[in-house]
Amino acid sequence: MEFVQNFPAFSIMLCLFAGIVSSVLKKNAAKWLNTILIIVVGAMSVAVLYYTASMNTVYVYQMGRFSAPWGNELRIGCLEAGTALFFCIIMLLSLLGGRTHLEEDVESSRHNLYYVLINLLLSSLLALVYTNDLFTAYVFVEINTIAACGLIMVRQNGRTIEAAIRYMIMSLLGSGMLLLGICMLYDLTGHLLMSNIHEQVLSIVAEGTYKVPLLVAIAIISVGLAIKSALFPFHAWLPDAYGYSTVSSAAILSSLVSKGYIFLLIKIIYRVLGFEVFHDSGIINVFFIFGLCGMIFGSFSAIRENDIKRMISFSSVAQIGYIYMGFGLGTKEAMIASIYHIFAHAVCKSLLFIASSGLTDVSNRSRHFVDLTGAAYRNKIAGVGFTVGALSMVGIPLFPGFISKLLFAQASILNHGKMLPALIVLAISTILNAIYFLKTVIRIYTPVENGRNLTITFRQQRLFGVTLLLFIVFSLALGSCSQPIVDLIRQGLESEIISSIPNTIHQLAQSLMI
Amino acid sequence: MGANLLCNYGESVAMLLFGIGFGNLLLQSNLIKKIIGLNIMDTAIYLFLAEKGYISGRVAPIITDGVQDVNKYINPIPSGLVLTGIVVSVSVTALMLSLSIRLYRRYHTLNLDKVAMILKKEDK
Repeated sequence: MEFVQNFPAFSIMLCLFAGIVSSVLKKNAAKWLNTILIIVVGAMSVAVLYYTASMNTVYVYQMGRFSAPWGNELRIGCLEAGTALFFCIIMLLSLLGGRTHLEEDVESSRHNLYYVLINLLLSSLLALVYTNDLFTAYVFVEINTIAACGLIMVRQNGRTIEAAIRYMIMSLLGSGMLLLGICMLYDLTGHLLMSNIHEQVLSIVAEGTYKVPLLVAIAIISVGLAIKSALFPFHAWLPDAYGYSTVSSAAILSSLVSKGYIFLLIKIIYRVLGFEVFHDSGIINVFFIFGLCGMIFGSFSAIRENDIKRMISFSSVAQIGYIYMGFGLGTKEAMIASIYHIFAHAVCKSLLFIASSGLTDVSNRSRHFVDLTGAAYRNKIAGVGFTVGALSMVGIPLFPGFISKLLFAQASILNHGKMLPALIVLAISTILNAIYFLKTVIRIYTPVENGRNLTITFRQQRLFGVTLLLFIVFSLALGSCSQPIVDLIRQGLESEIISSIPNTIHQLAQSLMI
Repeated sequence: MGANLLCNYGESVAMLLFGIGFGNLLLQSNLIKKIIGLNIMDTAIYLFLAEKGYISGRVAPIITDGVQDVNKYINPIPSGLVLTGIVVSVSVTALMLSLSIRLYRRYHTLNLDKVAMILKKEDK
């Protein structure tokens, strides 16, 4: 076994220990520990990514060297390592961009507690990405929920307490259902490790027994994770939780926490149930319909909103609808599009949140559109950042949002039954996105006569400006170098499918093209 | 169908309790009642697990009198899962209760609907 193979386990453990140590550190020490930790974990993820991608391999790491049915395992391929690296980059940039606001929003004595939560959140995200054990996944889902609740709560006012309670209630409903589903699956198969469950599920399906219990277990797990990741009808908690928390928290919650749950769902679909079993269960049609509804209703709510942060939050509902629509299309191409959209949305949404905080800073802290008029002239870099994020959300070429929409459109053509609704809703949703994002961009670039508001130049907020520049470069890189990333996702997904049947529609399309 | 329900009465009761807890957590407007619902829901899952792990006529998996035969003991894994689940549920309940205290100190009510109304007034 090579040394680099230990890195995923190291990074999870490091985050947990850093969380414990941070609780007794001073404010600045905790801040630096956290920054160094994220950079170290990111560097380790790069090493693992290079190792798995260059060798084209997937390996299983046994925790404590206990062998398969008894021990706890991590399973690492290039998709997992890439996602871990991506989460680290977004988390680091979100924290850097929101640092000045954190100073104002959180009491000085509590800063180290904020970094405790961030470290625990990172460890749970990494564990969700890497783990090969369903019950471990459940435990880290709960850690993730508690840490996320703390991130909302850390800014102390009535709004955030109410938002945190609503968030907790919906999350607990979701995790209760997830736990029940995992218990049912354990009851059916007798295993907790994903690969062992997968073998048993295949044999159950081949024998044709336990059809109803298996369907119920799949349904309960899917609905539980859908509630936690705020799929359309369960999104009521989202705008308050994202809109009123401090800006780093909002960026991290919208771009990482909900994505962690979606990534777990992808793992369950591919590794636990097998793509074919999930495809035949009919749950994908439910995902498809709710995904489409989310794309439309999320955008409508965003158009009606008068508060810039709540508008961005509602846009998250629409974007999560895209991801679930990709699951619902039920082809591998659509799944790749969904995973790419997870990355694209995470970059743009955190960029939008950070940039909008810069815009509200120069508008008397008001978040209403009327007061934001001309804000882009008063804080130029924030204006540019917001415009880049908005253009990407609308789907202008060069930006990642365009690539994911293109991938979704290509994937929907391969599915004859669902092509028409998917394409129509994609088009409508793009127009709606354009309405509310471009409206905001025009608003912030409308000059005002009496410049009584203060102006912030790049020199006054160097860290903020550099962070936004990094965000912009990162999103442009993601958009313009999309092909290697898509290839990497495909490689990661294909190495995950061990024994499920190859995608017939895709093969048909390929043979037609030849 | 009916016969299966009768002989698996433990699991049926667990599902009923899960439904009751889930409904309470979702629909009650009083926070304390919501938390009680949460606990009923979690406990129902532990009952389900315990029922699944139990094999009638066998004893708890602690070696007694030197008997090492596997067929004398019940499946220990669900018991382990229940223990882990209890730890998670305790910490989540503690967090919810502390949040309720915060909310009560600020708004002097535990009713979420009333809090939402107060917040709407604050906005105007």
